[in-house]
Amino acid sequence: MTATPFEIKAYPEMWAGLDMDVPRFDKARLMLGEMYQKSFLSQAKRPTGMAYFDNMIAEIHGGRIKELLATKAEGRPVIGTFCVYIPEEIVLAAGGICVGLCGGSQGSVPDAETILPRNICPMVKSAFGFKAGRICPYFQAVDFVYGETTCDAKKKTWEILDTMVPTYVMEIPQLKRQRDLDLWLAEVKDFKAKVEEVAGRTITETDLAAAVKIMNNKRKALQRLNSLRHHNPTPISGKDGLLIEQIAFYDEPVRFTKKVNALCDELEERIKAGVAVPTKNAIRVMVAGTPMALPNWKIHNLVEGTGAVIVNEESCIGTRYFKDCIDENATGMEGMLAALTDRYKEIDCSCFTPNDERITQVIKEFRDSHAQGIINYSLQFCHTYNIEEVRIRQACEREAIPYLFIESDYSAEDIGQLQTRIEAFLEQIGG
Amino acid sequence: MYIGVDLGSRTVKMAVWDGERLVEHRIAASGFAPHRQAEEMIADYRAKVVVATGYGRHLAAGHFADAVITEIRAHARGISHEFPGCPTIVDVGGQDSKVISLDAAGRVRNFQMNDKCAAGTGRFLEIMAASLAYTLEEFGQAALAADHEVQINSMCTVFAESEVISMKNRGIAREQIARAVHSSVADRLAGMLARLGHSDPVAFSGGVARNPCMVDLLKKRMPGVRVLVPKLPDITGALGAALHGTGV
Ligand code: SF4
Ligand code: SF4
Repeated sequence: MTATPFEIKAYPEMWAGLDMDVPRFDKARLMLGEMYQKSFLSQAKRPTGMAYFDNMIAEIHGGRIKELLATKAEGRPVIGTFCVYIPEEIVLAAGGICVGLCGGSQGSVPDAETILPRNICPMVKSAFGFKAGRICPYFQAVDFVYGETTCDAKKKTWEILDTMVPTYVMEIPQLKRQRDLDLWLAEVKDFKAKVEEVAGRTITETDLAAAVKIMNNKRKALQRLNSLRHHNPTPISGKDGLLIEQIAFYDEPVRFTKKVNALCDELEERIKAGVAVPTKNAIRVMVAGTPMALPNWKIHNLVEGTGAVIVNEESCIGTRYFKDCIDENATGMEGMLAALTDRYKEIDCSCFTPNDERITQVIKEFRDSHAQGIINYSLQFCHTYNIEEVRIRQACEREAIPYLFIESDYSAEDIGQLQTRIEAFLEQIGG
Repeated sequence: MYIGVDLGSRTVKMAVWDGERLVEHRIAASGFAPHRQAEEMIADYRAKVVVATGYGRHLAAGHFADAVITEIRAHARGISHEFPGCPTIVDVGGQDSKVISLDAAGRVRNFQMNDKCAAGTGRFLEIMAASLAYTLEEFGQAALAADHEVQINSMCTVFAESEVISMKNRGIAREQIARAVHSSVADRLAGMLARLGHSDPVAFSGGVARNPCMVDLLKKRMPGVRVLVPKLPDITGALGAALHGTGV
């Protein structure tokens, strides 16, 4: 291995053109690069197919941004979202790009806290801080943001965000009765109309069918990767698995799908050859809970730092993003939109009540992934996931599944304690 | 010889087990480099196995320890030795407090730790004792002797301290305030015990278990449950680590 230090590429001129706080952003870039080197590139037995994803990180603030700007230059829309309930295929069908803007960095939290209250979810603060501090090129590049009403923190933040970047809101119901689903479909149609307006074109059935296919293929590739991670011993680290799930939110979907499938081919070869990451007897852990947005690798770093391995993320940056596909046999715009909405309603976010499907799904993923324990992770101040913890815990007790609940934010102050708790949990599993 | 060292945030504890008995134990302040402190403490012994636990365990692993276990496991081992079959442990250390539930064989079934802040820890008691101008020893005695109880509402160390100051200024008796501080810690511990679930008896380990008022209040919060305090509550973790060494 050559010792060329990993660096996230700098594009100061392009950043200045995006009205960013360039000196500040440049510092963050160096820190992220260091962190990446330490967390990812130092791992033993990494698949060669990870090189593409390493490059996606190296070019996170450059290459992909160029693609976004080129798209905009052609008059095609670039839309920022914060939740997997916003249907990407509609943006794709209009020739646009959809990027997930969720924030997973402590660095932008102080920017947010100059405006927002401190005791709200760190993901909302981090994302908002990126805009407030002008330190995220994606945020600077989007035409508009499409938010939703999944939680109070986001819902009320949109009103303030709207003063900085045009922000629209999709109402996501919180129950799944027929009248709620009718409302949902109407909201999807509004979203389509807005996207069409910005794109200056009408989405045809052919457009939508093609976009659905692209997204389904992407989901299938991620499903394939996930089931390979479930193999015992697993051929890839949980950190790399999570990283790919995170990159899924900003990469070009067709290229991404191809690269994930290529990696999967390699992983299949590894399984045949008996490659085990990190070792054959590593303790297998599954993570469930709130999304871990880039660059939130806190739990994975701690768990895998002890020699255990994470084999599944039941999360929106994880299985909730790709476990369900849209029915491709639906016909007519009306039928296709209904099929699309049908698929989106299968995402079992804790903002719904009741949400029994999620409890069942967590246990199912535990079994499928041959994990030996579950770490349930909730961001601080996320009421719905924090409270749903009670039901997940009860289910784990019922099923005699070793279980650990962690509520945390992005700061480093609880690392020592978390390390003790995680190690004690692994001791408990290891016997 | 099997040596266990517990590198805590406030003190380093050492226990020496000769295969049959605890032959020696020591406690010293952690200082700036707890692993150096620990290294000095064990230097006098021809150790067979050294097992480290506590906050500084990984630092020790890089220097002298043969194995490393968490405080949770160390306390489980130490208490199971002293009180075989005991199903529940409350441990209050300098920087954190934990509740551990054990199966019949003494293995950890489940555990809870206090969250980030100092409330409910030995440190909290120390700060409050200082602000009432008590030594730690006097603090527990005075609280035990108080005839009347006031209430501290804040769980946060900083706010609780200002609450204590305002009580002082309102002329409330010092021992009553001391009692209130102890009660707030006991409430915290009782809350953790209730969340995790406990059965009889409950072992109380860690330095704070030497505080008579804490033991008394914990008993009062769990009627009908025996509260057992080991002979040397501070070294439970170090002893557990030493015992773990016999199997390494
Ligand atoms: S957790 Fe809920 S609100 Fe957050 S991204 Fe997922 S579906 Fe959306
Ligand atoms: S993690 Fe919870 S509080 Fe944070 S944005 Fe998602 S739903 Fe809202």
